[in-house]
Amino acid sequence: MIDWSHTALTIVVILGGALTLAGLLIWVERRLLGIWQERYGPNRVGPGGLLQALADMIKMFTKEDWIPPFADKAVFVLTPAIVVITALMSFAVVPIAPGFVVADLNMGILFFLAMSSLAAYSVIIGGWASNSKFAFLGSLRAIAQLLSYEVFMGLSLMGAVLLAGSFNLSDIVEAQRHLWFVVPQFLGFLGFFMAGLAEAHRTPFDMPEAEAELVAGYHAEYSGMKFGMFFVGEYLSVIVLSAMIVILFFGGWHGPWLPPVVWFFLKTSGFIVLIFLIRATWPRVRFDQLLSFGWKVVMPLALINLLVTGGIVLARMGEGR
Amino acid sequence: MTYVLNLLTGLWIVFKRTFTKPVTVQYPEERPYLPPRWRGRIVLTRDPDGEERCVACHLCAVACPVDCIALQATEDPTAHERRYPEFFRINFSRCIYCGYCEDACPTYAIQLVPDFEQSEYARRNMVYEKEDLLISGTGKYHGYNFYRVAGVNIRDKDKGQAENELPPVDVRSLMP
Repeated sequence: MIDWSHTALTIVVILGGALTLAGLLIWVERRLLGIWQERYGPNRVGPGGLLQALADMIKMFTKEDWIPPFADKAVFVLTPAIVVITALMSFAVVPIAPGFVVADLNMGILFFLAMSSLAAYSVIIGGWASNSKFAFLGSLRAIAQLLSYEVFMGLSLMGAVLLAGSFNLSDIVEAQRHLWFVVPQFLGFLGFFMAGLAEAHRTPFDMPEAEAELVAGYHAEYSGMKFGMFFVGEYLSVIVLSAMIVILFFGGWHGPWLPPVVWFFLKTSGFIVLIFLIRATWPRVRFDQLLSFGWKVVMPLALINLLVTGGIVLARMGEGR
Repeated sequence: MTYVLNLLTGLWIVFKRTFTKPVTVQYPEERPYLPPRWRGRIVLTRDPDGEERCVACHLCAVACPVDCIALQATEDPTAHERRYPEFFRINFSRCIYCGYCEDACPTYAIQLVPDFEQSEYARRNMVYEKEDLLISGTGKYHGYNFYRVAGVNIRDKDKGQAENELPPVDVRSLMP
């Protein structure tokens, strides 16, 4: 029996928390990039620049919401909503602490994979509906990228699923009580991290955006809050990615002394900072490089990893019988 | 393998920046040091007696590469027909702060001072008239008085021997 009041409260907390955090991350990223480049970053609005995201939001809401006359209007308007909705839907299956989850689905990983794949559509059709060269090139690259990461993203997770014996994310976290899956599943972790970076369009796989080459890539024609939705969606997917890495490979809420929520939050923040650090450091790769690396290196590694893990799990089951 | 190592080294080098102090100067609160000879806002100075140094020779206007200086010479009948500018106008929206006017000035009248805060809301406010440019002090050269070192001998009188004329200072010690 589902406790509706508890679920409603969880939804409110997670929704509010995720959106606030996404807004905050815009400031955090700019500030961290500044610090790593020996600058300060935005530090004027509010204490330490904390209200910069709020100021940006006011700016975006009051800006002209312009739809180019050459765009495919219906799809153009629809696309930014898909980004945010799919990113927020992914949060539904994220177990923050024991029992602190909106929908404890027994195929949570599949739901997450489905939502992240749907988010990729928004990039493709957004660039297509914009009907301009840069946006079109951006969405072309997004398709090439999608083809390269989507396959090994799922495969690299299956090792963790095999070890835990469940698609349920809470069960997977519970299975890591004694040993985090990053140890037996290190290849899987690397593969998933890489695929996640590509899925969230973060450096070094941000070629659909590639502001140095394509203006802003697939969202070059978007303005006002529509652009803001793409922006927030990107940070939401960064949070989801970090949360999923923590859940699948770094023991979720497990940790000594501190309460589970704090551990989950700390680990997730660590990965978010790591993603920002990667953005501050690494150059962007070409999409053909990602394609060949994805298919020729990561994909075989993920398969081998899955095969070995499966063999070990089977052997253990044989012993146990 | 070296490629992976290089990527990780890069991450570490960037991460170490977390603990270094930013080089940014927090401008409105924290002011940069401007050396005394810094070329900023242009002023017209006075000599130690409090008179205008400018003799309206137009050399600054000629030297100006962007033609931002405009002036007109006139003579003062109450002070030995001394030349002085009737108006002196600098359009700072054109000025490039090159300092050529200061180099060209034979009397140290026009000087660039260390001040760059000249923002205005209206473009016409960037045009400075003589009363905006003229300062009450001597600027960078405190003791210099043009009329004490300039001048020529006339007929039978040496420099500084004519009526109402003070003896000149040692010209070799001061240039120009």
